[in-house]
Amino acid sequence: MSQLLEILWEPLQFSFMQRSLLTAVLVGILCAVVGSYLMVQRLALLGDAISHSVLPGLAIAFWLGADIFLGAFIAGVLSTILITWIRTQSQIKEDAAMGIVFSAFFALGITLITVIQKENKIDLNHFLFGNILSVTPSEVRNTLIITVLVLLVIALLYKELMFYTFDPIGAQAAGLPVHLLNLGLMILIALTIVASLKAVGVILVLAMLITPGATAYLLVTRLHQMMTFGAILGVIASVTGLYLSYYVNLPSGPAIVLVSFGLFMIAFLLSPSQGVLTHPTSLAAVSPLWQEARELFGRKR
Amino acid sequence: MASALHIESLSVQYRRVEALSQVSCTLAPGRLTGILGPNGAGKSTLIKALLGLVIPSHGRVTYGGELLQRDRVAYVPQRSQVDWTYPATVWDVVLMGRVRKTGWLRRHSTVARRSAMAALERVEMMAYRDRPIGQLSGGQQQRVFLARALSEEAEVFFLDEPLAGIDKKTEAVVFQILRELTQAGHLVAVVHHDLGQAMTHFDDLILLNRELIASGPRAEVLTPQNLQRAFGGQVVLFPGEAAA
Repeated sequence: MSQLLEILWEPLQFSFMQRSLLTAVLVGILCAVVGSYLMVQRLALLGDAISHSVLPGLAIAFWLGADIFLGAFIAGVLSTILITWIRTQSQIKEDAAMGIVFSAFFALGITLITVIQKENKIDLNHFLFGNILSVTPSEVRNTLIITVLVLLVIALLYKELMFYTFDPIGAQAAGLPVHLLNLGLMILIALTIVASLKAVGVILVLAMLITPGATAYLLVTRLHQMMTFGAILGVIASVTGLYLSYYVNLPSGPAIVLVSFGLFMIAFLLSPSQGVLTHPTSLAAVSPLWQEARELFGRKR
Repeated sequence: MASALHIESLSVQYRRVEALSQVSCTLAPGRLTGILGPNGAGKSTLIKALLGLVIPSHGRVTYGGELLQRDRVAYVPQRSQVDWTYPATVWDVVLMGRVRKTGWLRRHSTVARRSAMAALERVEMMAYRDRPIGQLSGGQQQRVFLARALSEEAEVFFLDEPLAGIDKKTEAVVFQILRELTQAGHLVAVVHHDLGQAMTHFDDLILLNRELIASGPRAEVLTPQNLQRAFGGQVVLFPGEAAA
Protein backbone atom coordinates (compact mmCIF):
# COMPACT_ATOMS: atom_id res chain seq x y z
CA MET A 1 0.00 0.00 0.00
CA SER A 2 2.68 2.46 0.99
CA GLN A 3 4.49 1.45 -2.17
CA LEU A 4 1.47 2.45 -4.24
CA LEU A 5 1.29 5.81 -2.48
CA GLU A 6 4.96 6.21 -3.19
CA ILE A 7 4.33 5.63 -6.89
CA LEU A 8 1.51 8.18 -6.89
CA TRP A 9 3.36 10.78 -4.83
CA GLU A 10 6.79 10.61 -6.37
CA PRO A 11 6.07 12.51 -9.60
CA LEU A 12 4.24 15.23 -7.70
CA GLN A 13 7.49 16.56 -6.25
CA PHE A 14 7.95 18.17 -9.66
CA SER A 15 5.98 21.30 -10.28
CA PHE A 16 5.52 20.40 -13.97
CA MET A 17 3.78 17.20 -12.84
CA GLN A 18 1.53 19.13 -10.46
CA ARG A 19 0.50 21.36 -13.34
CA SER A 20 -0.03 18.38 -15.64
CA LEU A 21 -2.13 16.59 -13.05
CA LEU A 22 -4.36 19.61 -12.44
CA THR A 23 -4.80 20.03 -16.20
CA ALA A 24 -5.63 16.34 -16.58
CA VAL A 25 -8.32 16.54 -13.90
CA LEU A 26 -9.87 19.72 -15.34
CA VAL A 27 -9.86 18.46 -18.92
CA GLY A 28 -11.27 15.10 -17.85
CA ILE A 29 -14.24 16.78 -16.18
CA LEU A 30 -14.83 19.48 -18.79
CA CYS A 31 -14.68 17.26 -21.87
CA ALA A 32 -17.00 14.61 -20.41
CA VAL A 33 -19.67 17.13 -19.39
CA VAL A 34 -19.65 19.14 -22.63
CA GLY A 35 -19.18 16.05 -24.78
CA SER A 36 -22.40 14.59 -23.35
CA TYR A 37 -24.31 17.21 -25.35
CA LEU A 38 -22.53 16.14 -28.54
CA MET A 39 -23.37 12.50 -27.94
CA VAL A 40 -27.04 12.92 -27.16
CA GLN A 41 -27.49 15.05 -30.28
CA ARG A 42 -25.65 12.47 -32.43
CA LEU A 43 -23.13 15.17 -33.25
CA ALA A 44 -19.94 13.31 -32.35
CA LEU A 45 -18.48 14.27 -35.72
CA LEU A 46 -19.02 17.93 -34.87
CA GLY A 47 -16.53 17.63 -32.02
CA ASP A 48 -14.03 16.30 -34.52
CA ALA A 49 -14.90 19.06 -36.97
CA ILE A 50 -14.41 21.90 -34.49
CA SER A 51 -11.18 20.47 -33.10
CA HIS A 52 -9.60 20.12 -36.55
CA SER A 53 -10.85 23.57 -37.50
CA VAL A 54 -9.01 25.37 -34.70
CA LEU A 55 -5.65 24.83 -36.41
CA PRO A 56 -5.61 27.80 -38.84
CA GLY A 57 -6.72 30.17 -36.06
CA LEU A 58 -3.89 28.88 -33.94
CA ALA A 59 -1.38 29.42 -36.74
CA ILE A 60 -2.59 32.91 -37.62
CA ALA A 61 -2.57 33.98 -33.98
CA PHE A 62 0.98 32.65 -33.60
CA TRP A 63 2.06 34.54 -36.72
CA LEU A 64 0.48 37.77 -35.47
CA GLY A 65 1.94 37.30 -32.02
CA ALA A 66 -1.53 37.11 -30.46
CA ASP A 67 -2.79 34.55 -27.94
CA ILE A 68 -2.90 31.27 -29.87
CA PHE A 69 -5.78 29.96 -27.77
CA LEU A 70 -7.89 32.97 -28.68
CA GLY A 71 -7.10 32.38 -32.36
CA ALA A 72 -8.00 28.71 -32.01
CA PHE A 73 -11.30 29.58 -30.32
CA ILE A 74 -12.30 32.06 -33.04
CA ALA A 75 -11.51 29.60 -35.82
CA GLY A 76 -13.49 26.88 -34.03
CA VAL A 77 -16.59 29.04 -33.73
CA LEU A 78 -16.21 30.28 -37.33
CA SER A 79 -16.17 26.69 -38.57
CA THR A 80 -19.49 25.91 -36.86
CA ILE A 81 -21.04 29.03 -38.35
CA LEU A 82 -19.81 28.02 -41.80
CA ILE A 83 -21.16 24.48 -41.35
CA THR A 84 -24.57 25.83 -40.34
CA TRP A 85 -24.53 28.27 -43.25
CA ILE A 86 -23.81 25.56 -45.83
CA ARG A 87 -26.42 23.24 -44.33
CA THR A 88 -29.21 25.84 -44.26
CA GLN A 89 -28.47 27.48 -47.61
CA SER A 90 -28.22 24.30 -49.68
CA GLN A 91 -29.42 20.72 -49.78
CA ILE A 92 -26.07 19.50 -48.41
CA LYS A 93 -26.65 17.46 -45.24
CA GLU A 94 -25.00 18.30 -41.96
CA ASP A 95 -22.43 15.48 -41.97
CA ALA A 96 -21.23 16.35 -45.47
CA ALA A 97 -21.04 20.05 -44.54
CA MET A 98 -18.92 19.13 -41.51
CA GLY A 99 -16.61 16.97 -43.61
CA ILE A 100 -16.12 19.71 -46.18
CA VAL A 101 -15.47 22.48 -43.67
CA PHE A 102 -13.24 20.69 -41.21
CA SER A 103 -10.96 19.14 -43.82
CA ALA A 104 -10.57 22.54 -45.51
CA PHE A 105 -9.82 24.31 -42.21
CA PHE A 106 -7.41 21.56 -41.22
CA ALA A 107 -5.63 21.75 -44.60
CA LEU A 108 -5.36 25.53 -44.24
CA GLY A 109 -3.96 25.11 -40.74
CA ILE A 110 -1.32 22.61 -41.84
CA THR A 111 -0.38 24.86 -44.78
CA LEU A 112 -0.04 27.95 -42.58
CA ILE A 113 1.99 26.14 -39.95
CA THR A 114 4.32 24.69 -42.58
CA VAL A 115 4.90 28.17 -44.01
CA ILE A 116 5.47 29.65 -40.55
CA GLN A 117 7.84 26.82 -39.63
CA LYS A 118 10.32 28.08 -42.22
CA GLU A 119 11.00 31.18 -40.11
CA ASN A 120 10.06 30.13 -36.58
CA LYS A 121 10.35 27.06 -34.49
CA ILE A 122 6.82 25.78 -34.04
CA ASP A 123 6.20 22.12 -33.45
CA LEU A 124 3.16 20.84 -35.32
CA ASN A 125 3.05 17.63 -33.29
CA HIS A 126 2.52 19.69 -30.20
CA PHE A 127 -0.90 20.81 -31.41
CA LEU A 128 -1.88 17.63 -33.20
CA PHE A 129 -1.26 15.25 -30.31
CA GLY A 130 -0.86 17.49 -27.27
CA ASN A 131 1.85 17.40 -24.66
CA ILE A 132 0.38 17.61 -21.21
CA LEU A 133 3.78 17.38 -19.51
CA SER A 134 4.74 20.78 -20.89
CA VAL A 135 1.79 22.92 -19.75
CA THR A 136 2.83 26.32 -18.44
CA PRO A 137 1.35 27.97 -15.32
CA SER A 138 -0.59 30.45 -17.46
CA GLU A 139 -2.05 27.60 -19.52
CA VAL A 140 -3.20 25.88 -16.33
CA ARG A 141 -4.81 29.13 -15.24
CA ASN A 142 -6.59 29.48 -18.59
CA THR A 143 -7.85 25.90 -18.43
CA LEU A 144 -9.11 26.49 -14.89
CA ILE A 145 -10.96 29.67 -15.87
CA ILE A 146 -12.54 28.02 -18.92
CA THR A 147 -13.58 24.96 -16.91
CA VAL A 148 -15.26 26.99 -14.18
CA LEU A 149 -16.94 29.28 -16.71
CA VAL A 150 -18.26 26.49 -18.94
CA LEU A 151 -19.54 24.37 -16.06
CA LEU A 152 -21.26 27.41 -14.56
CA VAL A 153 -23.03 28.22 -17.83
CA ILE A 154 -24.16 24.60 -18.17
CA ALA A 155 -25.47 24.55 -14.60
CA LEU A 156 -27.41 27.78 -15.21
CA LEU A 157 -28.85 26.76 -18.59
CA TYR A 158 -29.26 23.07 -17.78
CA LYS A 159 -33.03 22.77 -18.24
CA GLU A 160 -33.07 24.86 -21.43
CA LEU A 161 -30.14 22.99 -22.99
CA MET A 162 -31.71 19.66 -22.12
CA PHE A 163 -35.02 20.64 -23.71
CA TYR A 164 -33.22 21.95 -26.80
CA THR A 165 -30.95 18.93 -27.25
CA PHE A 166 -33.81 16.46 -26.73
CA ASP A 167 -36.43 18.16 -28.89
CA PRO A 168 -35.21 21.25 -30.79
CA ILE A 169 -38.51 21.80 -32.60
CA GLY A 170 -40.55 21.38 -29.42
CA ALA A 171 -38.22 23.81 -27.65
CA GLN A 172 -38.60 26.34 -30.45
CA ALA A 173 -42.37 25.93 -30.37
CA ALA A 174 -42.30 26.58 -26.61
CA GLY A 175 -40.60 29.90 -27.35
CA LEU A 176 -36.98 29.13 -26.47
CA PRO A 177 -34.38 31.01 -28.57
CA VAL A 178 -33.04 27.79 -30.08
CA HIS A 179 -30.60 29.40 -32.51
CA LEU A 180 -28.94 31.28 -29.68
CA LEU A 181 -28.88 28.15 -27.54
CA ASN A 182 -27.25 26.28 -30.41
CA LEU A 183 -24.63 28.99 -30.90
CA GLY A 184 -24.04 29.01 -27.14
CA LEU A 185 -23.50 25.27 -27.17
CA MET A 186 -21.03 25.59 -30.07
CA ILE A 187 -19.12 28.24 -28.13
CA LEU A 188 -18.97 25.97 -25.07
CA ILE A 189 -17.66 23.12 -27.24
CA ALA A 190 -15.06 25.35 -28.91
CA LEU A 191 -13.91 26.63 -25.48
CA THR A 192 -13.64 23.07 -24.22
CA ILE A 193 -11.55 22.01 -27.19
CA VAL A 194 -9.25 24.99 -26.82
CA ALA A 195 -8.79 24.23 -23.11
CA SER A 196 -7.93 20.61 -23.96
CA LEU A 197 -5.50 21.30 -26.81
CA LYS A 198 -2.40 21.07 -24.67
CA ALA A 199 -3.53 17.86 -22.98
CA VAL A 200 -4.63 15.70 -25.88
CA GLY A 201 -4.26 17.74 -29.08
CA VAL A 202 -6.73 18.41 -31.90
CA ILE A 203 -6.82 14.90 -33.30
CA LEU A 204 -7.53 13.02 -30.09
CA VAL A 205 -9.69 15.52 -28.19
CA LEU A 206 -12.75 13.84 -29.72
CA ALA A 207 -12.03 10.78 -27.59
CA MET A 208 -12.16 12.86 -24.42
CA LEU A 209 -15.41 14.50 -25.53
CA ILE A 210 -17.24 11.33 -26.52
CA THR A 211 -15.81 8.24 -24.83
CA PRO A 212 -16.37 9.03 -21.10
CA GLY A 213 -19.95 10.21 -21.75
CA ALA A 214 -20.65 7.18 -23.92
CA THR A 215 -19.25 4.88 -21.24
CA ALA A 216 -21.48 6.53 -18.63
CA TYR A 217 -24.46 6.30 -21.01
CA LEU A 218 -24.15 2.50 -20.86
CA LEU A 219 -24.48 2.60 -17.07
CA VAL A 220 -26.95 5.36 -16.12
CA THR A 221 -30.24 6.73 -17.46
CA ARG A 222 -30.37 10.51 -16.99
CA LEU A 223 -28.37 13.31 -18.57
CA HIS A 224 -26.98 14.78 -15.34
CA GLN A 225 -25.94 11.30 -14.19
CA MET A 226 -24.24 10.75 -17.52
CA MET A 227 -22.34 14.02 -17.08
CA THR A 228 -21.31 13.34 -13.47
CA PHE A 229 -20.29 9.74 -14.03
CA GLY A 230 -18.64 10.64 -17.35
CA ALA A 231 -16.62 13.32 -15.56
CA ILE A 232 -15.40 10.76 -12.99
CA LEU A 233 -14.41 8.37 -15.79
CA GLY A 234 -12.75 11.22 -17.69
CA VAL A 235 -10.67 12.12 -14.65
CA ILE A 236 -9.69 8.49 -14.05
CA ALA A 237 -8.64 8.16 -17.71
CA SER A 238 -6.65 11.37 -17.91
CA VAL A 239 -4.87 10.90 -14.57
CA THR A 240 -4.04 7.24 -15.31
CA GLY A 241 -2.85 8.21 -18.78
CA LEU A 242 -0.67 10.92 -17.28
CA TYR A 243 1.02 8.49 -14.87
CA LEU A 244 1.55 5.97 -17.67
CA SER A 245 3.09 8.75 -19.68
CA TYR A 246 5.40 9.63 -16.79
CA TYR A 247 6.52 6.13 -15.82
CA VAL A 248 6.49 4.25 -19.11
CA ASN A 249 7.39 7.27 -21.20
CA LEU A 250 4.35 7.01 -23.46
CA PRO A 251 2.99 9.99 -25.42
CA SER A 252 0.50 11.54 -22.96
CA GLY A 253 -2.45 12.21 -25.31
CA PRO A 254 -2.63 8.71 -26.78
CA ALA A 255 -2.11 7.15 -23.33
CA ILE A 256 -5.11 9.06 -21.93
CA VAL A 257 -7.27 8.10 -24.90
CA LEU A 258 -6.35 4.41 -24.67
CA VAL A 259 -7.18 4.24 -20.95
CA SER A 260 -10.51 5.92 -21.72
CA PHE A 261 -11.19 3.34 -24.42
CA GLY A 262 -10.30 0.54 -22.00
CA LEU A 263 -12.92 1.84 -19.54
CA PHE A 264 -15.46 2.01 -22.35
CA MET A 265 -14.83 -1.60 -23.35
CA ILE A 266 -15.31 -2.77 -19.76
CA ALA A 267 -18.70 -1.03 -19.63
CA PHE A 268 -19.59 -2.24 -23.12
CA LEU A 269 -18.95 -5.84 -22.17
CA LEU A 270 -20.15 -5.79 -18.55
CA SER A 271 -22.78 -3.05 -18.14
CA PRO A 272 -25.56 -4.45 -15.90
CA SER A 273 -28.28 -3.09 -18.20
CA GLN A 274 -26.73 -3.12 -21.68
CA GLY A 275 -23.52 -5.16 -21.50
CA VAL A 276 -22.76 -7.55 -24.35
CA LEU A 277 -21.69 -10.33 -21.96
CA THR A 278 -24.13 -9.60 -19.14
CA HIS A 279 -27.00 -9.37 -21.62
CA PRO A 280 -26.43 -12.10 -24.18
CA THR A 281 -29.53 -10.96 -26.09
CA SER A 282 -27.55 -8.04 -27.43
CA LEU A 283 -25.39 -10.61 -29.20
CA ALA A 284 -28.43 -11.10 -31.42
CA ALA A 285 -27.24 -8.09 -33.41
CA VAL A 286 -24.14 -10.02 -34.35
CA SER A 287 -25.78 -13.34 -35.03
CA PRO A 288 -27.56 -12.45 -38.33
CA LEU A 289 -24.18 -11.53 -39.76
CA TRP A 290 -22.75 -14.78 -38.45
CA GLN A 291 -25.68 -16.73 -39.90
CA GLU A 292 -25.37 -15.13 -43.33
CA ALA A 293 -21.66 -15.77 -43.39
CA ARG A 294 -22.19 -19.40 -42.42
CA GLU A 295 -24.80 -19.88 -45.14
CA LEU A 296 -22.64 -18.23 -47.75
CA PHE A 297 -19.49 -20.20 -47.02
CA GLY A 298 -21.21 -23.35 -45.75
CA ARG A 299 -22.95 -24.00 -49.07
CA LYS A 300 -19.69 -24.33 -50.96
CA ARG A 301 -18.64 -27.31 -48.93
CA MET B 1 -61.26 30.94 -22.19
CA ALA B 2 -59.65 30.63 -25.62
CA SER B 3 -60.47 32.81 -28.62
CA ALA B 4 -60.94 31.94 -32.27
CA LEU B 5 -57.91 31.53 -34.50
CA HIS B 6 -58.10 33.14 -37.92
CA ILE B 7 -55.84 31.97 -40.72
CA GLU B 8 -55.77 34.52 -43.54
CA SER B 9 -54.46 33.50 -47.00
CA LEU B 10 -51.48 31.65 -45.55
CA SER B 11 -48.83 30.42 -48.01
CA VAL B 12 -45.61 28.53 -47.25
CA GLN B 13 -42.76 27.83 -49.64
CA TYR B 14 -39.92 25.34 -49.19
CA ARG B 15 -37.06 26.11 -51.57
CA ARG B 16 -39.40 27.68 -54.13
CA VAL B 17 -41.84 24.76 -53.94
CA GLU B 18 -45.23 25.81 -52.69
CA ALA B 19 -46.15 23.60 -49.73
CA LEU B 20 -49.30 25.52 -48.85
CA SER B 21 -51.12 27.99 -50.98
CA GLN B 22 -53.55 30.68 -49.83
CA VAL B 23 -55.14 28.82 -46.93
CA SER B 24 -57.88 30.75 -45.15
CA CYS B 25 -60.04 29.33 -42.40
CA THR B 26 -61.09 29.74 -38.78
CA LEU B 27 -60.51 27.43 -35.84
CA ALA B 28 -63.11 27.75 -33.11
CA PRO B 29 -62.46 27.26 -29.39
CA GLY B 30 -64.47 24.56 -27.69
CA ARG B 31 -64.47 22.38 -30.81
CA LEU B 32 -62.14 19.53 -31.63
CA THR B 33 -60.66 20.30 -35.05
CA GLY B 34 -59.01 17.66 -37.24
CA ILE B 35 -56.53 18.65 -39.94
CA LEU B 36 -56.84 16.08 -42.68
CA GLY B 37 -55.29 15.35 -46.05
CA PRO B 38 -53.11 12.90 -47.98
CA ASN B 39 -49.36 12.52 -47.42
CA GLY B 40 -47.53 15.66 -48.43
CA ALA B 41 -50.70 17.75 -48.25
CA GLY B 42 -49.03 20.26 -45.94
CA LYS B 43 -50.78 19.28 -42.68
CA SER B 44 -47.67 19.45 -40.48
CA THR B 45 -46.52 22.50 -42.42
CA LEU B 46 -49.77 24.26 -41.51
CA ILE B 47 -49.22 23.63 -37.79
CA LYS B 48 -45.59 24.67 -38.03
CA ALA B 49 -46.60 27.86 -39.82
CA LEU B 50 -49.19 28.59 -37.11
CA LEU B 51 -46.45 28.21 -34.50
CA GLY B 52 -43.99 30.31 -36.49
CA LEU B 53 -41.62 27.35 -36.85
CA VAL B 54 -41.67 27.92 -40.58
CA ILE B 55 -42.00 31.44 -41.89
CA PRO B 56 -45.03 31.92 -44.17
CA SER B 57 -44.30 33.55 -47.52
CA HIS B 58 -47.69 35.20 -47.36
CA GLY B 59 -50.64 35.67 -45.04
CA ARG B 60 -51.06 35.90 -41.30
CA VAL B 61 -52.50 34.17 -38.28
CA THR B 62 -54.44 36.07 -35.65
CA TYR B 63 -55.74 34.91 -32.31
CA GLY B 64 -58.18 37.07 -30.42
CA GLY B 65 -57.39 39.95 -32.79
CA GLU B 66 -53.60 39.79 -32.26
CA LEU B 67 -50.82 37.82 -33.91
CA LEU B 68 -50.61 34.38 -32.29
CA GLN B 69 -47.94 34.24 -29.56
CA ARG B 70 -46.07 31.01 -28.90
CA ASP B 71 -46.61 31.12 -25.15
CA ARG B 72 -50.34 30.66 -25.67
CA VAL B 73 -49.82 27.38 -27.51
CA ALA B 74 -48.86 23.91 -26.33
CA TYR B 75 -47.48 21.79 -29.15
CA VAL B 76 -47.24 18.01 -29.33
CA PRO B 77 -44.74 17.17 -32.08
CA GLN B 78 -44.65 13.92 -34.00
CA ARG B 79 -43.21 11.17 -31.84
CA SER B 80 -40.66 10.25 -34.52
CA GLN B 81 -39.21 13.76 -34.33
CA VAL B 82 -37.13 13.04 -31.24
CA ASP B 83 -34.56 10.45 -30.25
CA TRP B 84 -36.18 8.25 -27.60
CA THR B 85 -32.82 6.80 -26.56
CA TYR B 86 -31.99 10.21 -25.04
CA PRO B 87 -30.82 9.76 -21.41
CA ALA B 88 -33.95 11.09 -19.69
CA THR B 89 -36.79 9.79 -17.57
CA VAL B 90 -40.51 10.35 -18.11
CA TRP B 91 -40.36 12.99 -15.38
CA ASP B 92 -37.53 14.88 -17.14
CA VAL B 93 -39.59 15.09 -20.34
CA VAL B 94 -42.85 16.18 -18.68
CA LEU B 95 -41.02 18.93 -16.77
CA MET B 96 -39.79 20.33 -20.11
CA GLY B 97 -43.35 21.63 -20.53
CA ARG B 98 -42.62 24.01 -17.65
CA VAL B 99 -39.23 25.31 -18.82
CA ARG B 100 -40.59 28.44 -20.48
CA LYS B 101 -42.92 29.38 -17.60
CA THR B 102 -40.26 28.77 -14.96
CA GLY B 103 -37.92 31.10 -16.82
CA TRP B 104 -34.17 31.53 -17.15
CA LEU B 105 -31.74 30.77 -14.33
CA ARG B 106 -34.45 29.40 -12.04
CA ARG B 107 -35.28 26.00 -10.68
CA HIS B 108 -38.77 24.61 -11.18
CA SER B 109 -41.09 25.74 -8.38
CA THR B 110 -43.42 23.52 -6.39
CA VAL B 111 -46.28 24.83 -8.53
CA ALA B 112 -44.44 23.71 -11.67
CA ARG B 113 -43.79 20.28 -10.22
CA ARG B 114 -47.40 19.90 -9.12
CA SER B 115 -48.62 20.85 -12.56
CA ALA B 116 -46.29 18.29 -14.18
CA MET B 117 -47.44 15.70 -11.67
CA ALA B 118 -51.11 16.40 -12.40
CA ALA B 119 -50.46 16.12 -16.14
CA LEU B 120 -48.75 12.78 -15.65
CA GLU B 121 -51.67 11.57 -13.55
CA ARG B 122 -54.11 12.67 -16.23
CA VAL B 123 -52.47 10.58 -18.97
CA GLU B 124 -52.29 7.64 -16.53
CA MET B 125 -48.49 7.48 -16.60
CA MET B 126 -47.75 8.25 -12.94
CA ALA B 127 -46.43 4.72 -12.36
CA TYR B 128 -43.82 5.33 -15.07
CA ARG B 129 -42.51 8.59 -13.64
CA ASP B 130 -38.94 7.42 -13.10
CA ARG B 131 -38.68 5.13 -16.14
CA PRO B 132 -36.09 5.91 -18.81
CA ILE B 133 -38.00 7.04 -21.90
CA GLY B 134 -36.19 4.44 -24.00
CA GLN B 135 -38.18 1.71 -22.25
CA LEU B 136 -41.63 3.05 -23.19
CA SER B 137 -43.97 1.69 -25.86
CA GLY B 138 -45.08 4.00 -28.67
CA GLY B 139 -48.40 4.70 -26.97
CA GLN B 140 -46.70 5.49 -23.66
CA GLN B 141 -44.30 7.86 -25.42
CA GLN B 142 -47.28 9.64 -26.95
CA ARG B 143 -48.93 10.01 -23.54
CA VAL B 144 -45.71 11.45 -22.10
CA PHE B 145 -45.67 14.02 -24.91
CA LEU B 146 -49.32 14.84 -24.21
CA ALA B 147 -48.54 15.24 -20.49
CA ARG B 148 -45.71 17.62 -21.38
CA ALA B 149 -48.17 19.75 -23.37
CA LEU B 150 -50.78 19.64 -20.58
CA SER B 151 -48.22 20.84 -18.02
CA GLU B 152 -47.77 24.02 -20.10
CA GLU B 153 -51.32 25.05 -19.12
CA ALA B 154 -51.79 26.78 -22.47
CA GLU B 155 -54.97 28.06 -24.12
CA VAL B 156 -54.36 26.48 -27.51
CA PHE B 157 -53.25 22.90 -28.24
CA PHE B 158 -51.75 21.70 -31.53
CA LEU B 159 -51.05 17.99 -31.90
CA ASP B 160 -49.16 16.51 -34.86
CA GLU B 161 -50.28 12.93 -35.62
CA PRO B 162 -50.80 11.89 -31.99
CA LEU B 163 -52.62 8.74 -33.10
CA ALA B 164 -49.96 7.32 -35.42
CA GLY B 165 -48.95 3.81 -34.38
CA ILE B 166 -50.44 3.76 -30.89
CA ASP B 167 -52.52 1.24 -28.94
CA LYS B 168 -56.27 1.41 -28.33
CA LYS B 169 -55.86 2.35 -24.67
CA THR B 170 -53.70 5.38 -25.55
CA GLU B 171 -56.14 6.40 -28.28
CA ALA B 172 -58.96 6.36 -25.72
CA VAL B 173 -56.90 8.35 -23.20
CA VAL B 174 -55.90 10.91 -25.85
CA PHE B 175 -59.45 11.47 -27.09
CA GLN B 176 -60.81 11.61 -23.52
CA ILE B 177 -58.34 14.39 -22.67
CA LEU B 178 -58.89 16.27 -25.93
CA ARG B 179 -62.61 16.17 -25.27
CA GLU B 180 -62.12 17.52 -21.74
CA LEU B 181 -59.92 20.30 -23.11
CA THR B 182 -62.48 21.40 -25.68
CA GLN B 183 -65.25 21.25 -23.09
CA ALA B 184 -63.16 23.54 -20.90
CA GLY B 185 -63.15 26.00 -23.82
CA HIS B 186 -59.67 25.37 -25.21
CA LEU B 187 -58.85 25.51 -28.90
CA VAL B 188 -57.59 22.07 -29.98
CA ALA B 189 -56.34 21.13 -33.46
CA VAL B 190 -55.07 17.68 -34.38
CA VAL B 191 -53.23 16.61 -37.52
CA HIS B 192 -54.67 13.23 -38.44
CA HIS B 193 -53.38 10.70 -40.90
CA ASP B 194 -56.25 8.52 -42.03
CA LEU B 195 -59.98 8.39 -42.55
CA GLY B 196 -60.65 5.53 -40.12
CA GLN B 197 -62.99 5.15 -37.19
CA ALA B 198 -61.24 7.86 -35.14
CA MET B 199 -62.71 10.48 -37.51
CA THR B 200 -65.98 10.47 -35.60
CA HIS B 201 -64.29 12.17 -32.63
CA PHE B 202 -63.76 15.43 -34.50
CA ASP B 203 -66.31 18.25 -34.49
CA ASP B 204 -64.71 20.28 -37.28
CA LEU B 205 -62.37 19.36 -40.09
CA ILE B 206 -59.86 21.20 -42.21
CA LEU B 207 -59.30 19.28 -45.43
CA LEU B 208 -56.03 20.10 -47.15
CA ASN B 209 -54.14 19.19 -50.26
CA ARG B 210 -51.54 21.95 -50.62
CA GLU B 211 -54.51 24.29 -50.62
CA LEU B 212 -57.69 24.38 -48.60
CA ILE B 213 -60.25 21.94 -49.96
CA ALA B 214 -62.89 22.54 -47.30
CA SER B 215 -63.28 23.51 -43.66
CA GLY B 216 -66.16 23.50 -41.20
CA PRO B 217 -68.31 20.98 -39.36
CA ARG B 218 -67.31 17.38 -40.09
CA ALA B 219 -70.47 16.37 -41.93
CA GLU B 220 -70.22 19.34 -44.29
CA VAL B 221 -66.57 18.71 -45.08
CA LEU B 222 -66.76 14.96 -45.66
CA THR B 223 -68.60 15.04 -48.94
CA PRO B 224 -67.55 12.64 -51.74
CA GLN B 225 -66.59 15.61 -53.93
CA ASN B 226 -64.30 17.12 -51.27
CA LEU B 227 -62.66 13.79 -50.52
CA GLN B 228 -62.17 13.16 -54.23
CA ARG B 229 -60.48 16.56 -54.56
CA ALA B 230 -58.25 15.98 -51.54
CA PHE B 231 -57.33 12.35 -51.91
CA GLY B 232 -57.97 11.67 -55.59
CA GLY B 233 -58.15 7.97 -56.32
CA GLN B 234 -56.66 6.88 -52.97
CA VAL B 235 -59.78 7.27 -50.92
CA VAL B 236 -62.09 4.57 -49.63
CA LEU B 237 -65.42 6.10 -48.76
CA PHE B 238 -67.53 5.18 -45.80
CA PRO B 239 -71.06 6.15 -46.77
CA GLY B 240 -72.27 6.10 -43.16
CA GLU B 241 -69.36 8.28 -42.11
CA ALA B 242 -70.10 10.98 -44.69
CA ALA B 243 -73.70 11.18 -43.58
CA ALA B 244 -72.97 11.11 -39.85
